Amino acid sequence: MDFLTLLQVLDSSLRLATPLLLACLAGLFSERAGIFDIGLEGKMLAAAFLSAAIAATTGSVWLGLLAGVGASLLLSAIHGLASITLRGDQIISGVAINFLAAGLTVVISQDWFGQGGRTPPLLSGGRFEPLTLPGAMPAKEISQAGPIMQLYSELLSGHSLLVYVALVMVPLTWFVLYKTRFGLRLRAVGENPAAVDTAGISVVGLRYAAVGICGVLCGIAGAYMATALQAGFVKDMSAGRGFIALAALIFAKWRPWYALGACLLFGFFFAVDNRFQNILLPAWVMSGVLLALGLGLIVYVRQKTLLDRIVLGGLGLGLAIVAGLIALSSLSAGLGSMIKIPVVFIQSLPYVLTVVVLAGFVGKAIPPRSGGVAYVKEK
Amino acid sequence: MGIMPKWADVVLVPLISLIIAALLSALLILAIGESPVAALKLMIEGTLLRSSGWGYMLYYTTNFIFTGLAVSVAFHAALFNIGGEGQAMMGGLGVALVCLFIPWPHWTFAIIGASLGAAFFGMIWAGLPAYLQAKRGSHIVITTIMFNFIAAGVLNFFLVGALKPKGSMDPATANFPAATHLPTFEDMAGLLGFEKMFRAAPANVSFFLALVACVLVWFLIWRTPLGYEIRAMGKSEPAARYAGIGSVKIIMVAMMISGALSGMMAINTTQGESERLILNFTEGAGFIGIAVALMGRSHPLGVFLAALLFGFLYQGGAELALWTKIPRELIVVIQALVILFTGALTLMVRRPLERLFLSLRRGG
Repeated sequence: MDFLTLLQVLDSSLRLATPLLLACLAGLFSERAGIFDIGLEGKMLAAAFLSAAIAATTGSVWLGLLAGVGASLLLSAIHGLASITLRGDQIISGVAINFLAAGLTVVISQDWFGQGGRTPPLLSGGRFEPLTLPGAMPAKEISQAGPIMQLYSELLSGHSLLVYVALVMVPLTWFVLYKTRFGLRLRAVGENPAAVDTAGISVVGLRYAAVGICGVLCGIAGAYMATALQAGFVKDMSAGRGFIALAALIFAKWRPWYALGACLLFGFFFAVDNRFQNILLPAWVMSGVLLALGLGLIVYVRQKTLLDRIVLGGLGLGLAIVAGLIALSSLSAGLGSMIKIPVVFIQSLPYVLTVVVLAGFVGKAIPPRSGGVAYVKEK
Repeated sequence: MGIMPKWADVVLVPLISLIIAALLSALLILAIGESPVAALKLMIEGTLLRSSGWGYMLYYTTNFIFTGLAVSVAFHAALFNIGGEGQAMMGGLGVALVCLFIPWPHWTFAIIGASLGAAFFGMIWAGLPAYLQAKRGSHIVITTIMFNFIAAGVLNFFLVGALKPKGSMDPATANFPAATHLPTFEDMAGLLGFEKMFRAAPANVSFFLALVACVLVWFLIWRTPLGYEIRAMGKSEPAARYAGIGSVKIIMVAMMISGALSGMMAINTTQGESERLILNFTEGAGFIGIAVALMGRSHPLGVFLAALLFGFLYQGGAELALWTKIPRELIVVIQALVILFTGALTLMVRRPLERLFLSLRRGG
C-alpha cells in the first residue's frame, strides 16, 4: 500500500467518523449530566430525514440543517419530558424514540415524496459541498505532489464544512466541560445532583440544557449524513451509527479528546471495510493470535471463582479451538498460506472492542455516578 | 402505592396508554390522507374475519410471546434485556444446527431437539452480558445492544460461509430435512376434518409451545423459590442480599432464562416457517418483546394478551400496506408510542388517575 492510498483511507475515515463524533459528543453532554441516551440513533435518523426533505423542497442546505436540528430537538424534548420531568425510565424512553424515528421517517417520507421511503436526490445547492482549503491541489494533480502536499490536499482539504465543525467541537466540548462554570455544574449534576441542588442551582434546568445540546449535535450529525456524506435520505440510513457512537462514548470513557480518538478509530474500521474487500493474513498469524488470546484467558482465570472459570475459561477454550480449526484447515496449503479475514469481523470490531472495554480488561470505564437516575427533590 | 386499587393499576393504566397510542396513530393516518376508521376495518377484516388472517396473526403472536416473556423475566430481576434480537438470532443458529446435522425420525423429537438447541444458544448469548454485569459491573443494556450487533455479524458469517450450500447465492442454509417439518395450523385443521382452514398461513405447533412457556414462566416467577429470589432482587438488591440471595447467581440465572426464551422464538420462524435459516429472520421481534412486556406488565397473561395485540397489529399492518398507501412502518410508530406511554411516560397517565381515585375516595 503506497502513501497516497493510506491517505485516501484516512480521508475516508475522517468523513465516516464525523457523524459518529458529533453523535458521540452529543451523548457525552447528555450522559455527563446524568441522562442516559439510547436514542442518539433515532435523533440522527429523524434529523437526516427532515434535513434532506427540507433541503430537497427548498433547495437550501442551510434551511435543511435547521430543520434537521429542529427534528432532533423535538425528540430531545420528549426524552427530557420523560426522563427529567416525569422521572420515567431513560432507557425505555430512548428505545421508544428510536422506534418513533424509524417509523415516522418512512411513513412521512412515503406520503411526502412517494419514493419508497427516500427523499429525492439532492442537487448542488441542497448539499454541503467539499471545501477546498487555500493552496490545496486539485484531485487530478495530487499523485505528482510531494508527501506533505498530498497530506494537506487529500486528508485535510476537501471536506464539507460540517467535518470541520465536528473537529472544532472537540476542543470546544473540552473547554465547556472543564473550563467553564456551566461545565463544572453539568458534570456535577451527573455525579451528585443533590449537592448541586443544595448549592441552589436548578438540577432540572441543567439537565434540560444538556439534553438540548445533545439534540443540537445529533441534529447536525443527522444532517451531515443526508446532505454531505450522501445526497438524500434513505430509509434506516443511520444503520446503527447512533449505537456505534454510544460505543465510542464508552470506549472514550466519557471524555472529549478520547471521543475523537475512538470515533476516528471506528471510522477507520468503516473505511477499511469499504475499501478492502479482501484482507489477507498468513494462517499462522491468525491462528497464533487467537491461540495466544485463548490461552491467555485460561491462564488468567486459573485462580478465580468457578463462574469466572466457566465463562472466561470457556471463551478462552472456544478461541483456542477456532485457532486449531484455522491451523488444521490450512495444513494442506501450508501454515504460511494466506487466509481472508471475514468482512463481518471488521464490521463487528467496534462492538467487540466496546464490550472488552466495558468488561474492564483494558482500563475501567466508569460512567457518571448518577447516570440513569431521575432526581427527586427533597421536600 | 396504594392510592389506586390494584385492578386500576393493572388494567386501566395500560389500557389508557393504549388508547392514547391509538388516538395518536389515528391522527397520523388522518395526516397522510387516509381514514382511520377504514384502516381499522381493513385491519380487522384481514386479520380476524379470515382463518388465514388468524394463522398469520398467531404466527406473529408466537414470536412476541417468546420475546415478551424473555424481557419480562429479566424485568422481574430489574434487568433490562434489550438483546432479545441477538439472542433470537443465535437461537436460530442453534435450531439450524440441530435440524441440519441430526437425523430426526419425526418432528416431535425434532422440536424437542430444536428447542434445546435454540434455548442453549440464546442462553449463552445472554449469559455473557449477564456475567459481565454480575462480575464486572458493565451495564447490561449497553452490552446486550453490542451483542445484538455481534450476533448479526456471527449469523452473517455462517450464512455466507460454512452453512451456505455449495452453489447457492442467497445467504441461507440448505432446507431442513422433511422430517423436521412442524405441522402448521392448516395441517392440523386438515387432520380434524376442516379442509381449507388457515390456508398457507405460517402459524404452527410452536404456538402451543409458547403457551406452555407462558405457564412455565408464571409457575417459575410466582410459585418457586427461585422466582421469589428473582423478584426480591428486582425489588431491592440490598434487601435481597441481606436475605442471603446472591446477586451474581440471580443475574446469571434470570438473564440465561431470558436468553433461552428469546432464542426459542427461532423455532417458530426457522423450523416452523422458513424451514431453513435465513438472514434477518427475527424482523425486530426481539425489540417488540420490550413493548409486549411493558404492555403486559411483565405477567405471562398480560404478555399473552399484548402479544395477541401486536400479532394483530403486524398482520393488520401488512394488510394496510397491501391495500392502502399506509406503509408497514406505521406499526413501528404504534409500537414506539406504546413503549413510550407504558414505559417512559407512565407518570403522565398515572398521576391524573391517582388524583381521580384520591378525590373519589375523599368523596365516598
